Amino acid sequence: MNLTLKIWRQKNANDKGKMVDYQISDVSPDMSFLEMLDVLNESLVAKDDEPVAFDHDCREGICGMCSLYINGEAHGPDRGITTCQLHMRKFKDGDTIYIEPFRAKAFPVIKDLIVDRSSFDRIQHAGGFISVNTSGNTIDANAIPINKHDADDAFSAATCIGCGACVATCKNSSAMLFVGAKVSQFALLPQGQVEATDRVLNMVKQMDEEGFGNCTNTGACEVECPKGISLENIARMNQEYLKASLKG
Amino acid sequence: MALDSKIPKGPLADKWTNHKNTIDLVNPANKRNIDVIVVGTGLAGGSAAATLAELGYNVKAFCFQDSPRRAHSIAAQGGINAAKNYQGDGDSTYRLFYDTVKGGDYRSREANVYRLAEVSANIIDQCVAQGVPFAREYGGLLDNRSFGGVLVSRTFYAAGQTGQQLLLGAYSAMNRQIGRGKIKMYNRHEMLDVVIVDGKARGIIARNLVTGEIERHSAHAVVLGTGGYGNVFFLSTNAMGSNVTAAWKAHKRGAYFANPCYTQIHPTCIPVSGDHQSKLTLMSESLRNDGRIWVPKHKKDVEAIREGTLKPTQLAEEDRDYYLERRYPAFGNLVPRDVASRAAKERCDAGYGVNATGEAVYLDFASAFMRYGKEQAHVKGLDENDEALVKKLGQEIVKNKYGNLFQMYEKIVDQNPYETPMMIYPAVHYTMGGVWVDYNLQTTVPGLYCIGEANFSDHGANRLGASALMQGLADGYFVLPYTIGDYLADDIRTGKISTDTKEFDEAEKNVIDNISHLINNNGTHSVDHFHKRLGKIMWNKCGMARNAEDLKSAITEIAELRAEFWKNVKVPGTDQEYNEELAKALRVADFLELGELFAKDALLREESAGGHFREEYQTGEGEAMRRKEFQYVSAWEYKGEPKDAVLHKEDLVYENIEVKERSYK
Repeated sequence: MNLTLKIWRQKNANDKGKMVDYQISDVSPDMSFLEMLDVLNESLVAKDDEPVAFDHDCREGICGMCSLYINGEAHGPDRGITTCQLHMRKFKDGDTIYIEPFRAKAFPVIKDLIVDRSSFDRIQHAGGFISVNTSGNTIDANAIPINKHDADDAFSAATCIGCGACVATCKNSSAMLFVGAKVSQFALLPQGQVEATDRVLNMVKQMDEEGFGNCTNTGACEVECPKGISLENIARMNQEYLKASLKG
Repeated sequence: MALDSKIPKGPLADKWTNHKNTIDLVNPANKRNIDVIVVGTGLAGGSAAATLAELGYNVKAFCFQDSPRRAHSIAAQGGINAAKNYQGDGDSTYRLFYDTVKGGDYRSREANVYRLAEVSANIIDQCVAQGVPFAREYGGLLDNRSFGGVLVSRTFYAAGQTGQQLLLGAYSAMNRQIGRGKIKMYNRHEMLDVVIVDGKARGIIARNLVTGEIERHSAHAVVLGTGGYGNVFFLSTNAMGSNVTAAWKAHKRGAYFANPCYTQIHPTCIPVSGDHQSKLTLMSESLRNDGRIWVPKHKKDVEAIREGTLKPTQLAEEDRDYYLERRYPAFGNLVPRDVASRAAKERCDAGYGVNATGEAVYLDFASAFMRYGKEQAHVKGLDENDEALVKKLGQEIVKNKYGNLFQMYEKIVDQNPYETPMMIYPAVHYTMGGVWVDYNLQTTVPGLYCIGEANFSDHGANRLGASALMQGLADGYFVLPYTIGDYLADDIRTGKISTDTKEFDEAEKNVIDNISHLINNNGTHSVDHFHKRLGKIMWNKCGMARNAEDLKSAITEIAELRAEFWKNVKVPGTDQEYNEELAKALRVADFLELGELFAKDALLREESAGGHFREEYQTGEGEAMRRKEFQYVSAWEYKGEPKDAVLHKEDLVYENIEVKERSYK
């Protein structure tokens, strides 16, 4: 396949940035999207041009490092995957592909397609944990049976990879799906109850301070989420928040 | 220097308890004055950083990813072993210990492995307390599955994302300490040297990957939890950024490097599709609980399948060769990884590979669909003889167990594994070798510790499935935080370590010189060009089967490639910015040294053991032939070039296990 790529280039956080056109030929449909960018970068290095910077690591859809807004969609046109799992067979010969970074006030661009998502980490620092020390003297793992449905729902919420697609997709740049997933994981488990009140209040407070927008129930985040994290998690967080506010 | 493994005296089962009772402790007030650097934030590094901070030490943690949550432990799929015996199937600490030593082909240390088995049960308790959502049964209790090389069900799991859930658990423990200010986290930083002052590790040189700035960080001790070196093969199941640099720099500063040739080639990975390929994807070993591995019995069917005129589903049962079940009736499809990988290679080399390149075998779930489906139909009171219904019900069960793996396969290969068997082939996955450590997990450099996959300690020549997660968390949560206190107890009056010393000057200058050489080299080939060539040499000559002649030529070729790399590599951009090519070049430079030592180690080891298979040393049936005279750990001391490395031997003594022929028949 031969393709035209329109890629966001931005030297650093202070640079204004612009879209730049590249032609690429002989793309195999079996390549992953990132392998296609590898090939582009090899050719740029050969021509003494600077390669396009993009985040990536595991290349199997689990680390959450890769991002990219492709043709106006976070992680591109396919569903239920990250960009590294997107394959070129989803495109046609002659296509023009627009490649941009995840854009949000709370995700400033570092270079080209790389953004700073440390705001996600800071929300987790505020309460994304259960305060238990590593003593080896906790109770036996089977001492508290947990209803399978609750355990499965907690697991589904916990599969969030923290990539930020939800934020990039949301017209308000809201992080409610991300935060809702973490709050839900713990809210569904007996171990999470002790700190439930502080957790949700602190995490939401930090989320607001980072400059993420609010949720207006559009649901685009759920559609673009590579892990299929459900909107129910936002509802559950709102419920937890209300409960905590009334208590607090 | 003579190697002292510092294994405590006394009966095996009492060693760890006695050791903990007799080593020095640091009192809580003094811990506040002691700094520890932890490099790497996977299961080992992340759990160590969190625990050390909980204990009261001041921790500085480093990772090259944009968040500690992204370390490659996250990609571990199948599960974590623990001797809980929840299934009542005869499991025990001793049995887990025994399975691990046998699985490692009698090339690991008894005392370390026993301790690992001993603390394994606590890991599960700890993780559940942290809110890790392991899979549960309908009664609300934890579920288990089986892994290769064992006869019990002791593997705890969270669908196909066990590593993710455990790492997020460790990450949450870190977050709590970051929030309290006890861990200072350095994301997007790469360690480029360790600084030795008066013979002790006292800090690191790190590069800020965003700004390019070179930074000095001091501490009273340095802990490396930086993972394995599988990417020396270029293509592996490791993440793109996984590298040997931290471990290798430690080696160059005096830490011995042990058993580099012990590499695990995982039997069930998605086959290579073309030259553009950047990495390989694992299909969890847990799939071998329910999938059956086969190739056609007859060459004519192989041809027809390759040409596309015959579908694998059309082939009759009697025309299929379930070669693992045939060769190893006792363990069947659940033989250990090294055995399964070699068996796949044997069939493919004999011409029975089922894809265009001839390097693939089938992993087939058809009989699992029917087995589970019948059970479901029975439970629901439906017609057990309705094949379509039974298949559908069975597929639902399999989807619940491995859904994400099936989806991953479909996205990559563009075939539906519910309808046609998966194609798989072995790929580089894990490295059992690594930095040599004693019982306290300390390297040969005082104050420098190494944990998790980065060290060599527990898996011998072959790691059993679901044991990597167990070792990473055992080291980080339960072992290192105790043993490091014994060393730090002497540092309570030391005070802050200055970074304004000649040792830091020298280390920093070294790093800067290397970087400027690479940036100003103006060569003609990219970093990947060299990395791919190195990978080809490694795979062809140091891969699943090795021989003396190939290994000798690998040593020469790698040394030549390394010289060419330094002369001819091209790194665009500057060193004062985000520059991935530069970061890659620094990593590949170290792989080019490690690769040579790897081949040298493999050449020295004139036996076959676990993942190290020498063609010259095999039984009449093609099984690995271990040799008594090689019952030792090879620990290499750095002396300039890899070829000059000096060998030190740590003899392995088995007092509690009888060393037998390792049979899975």
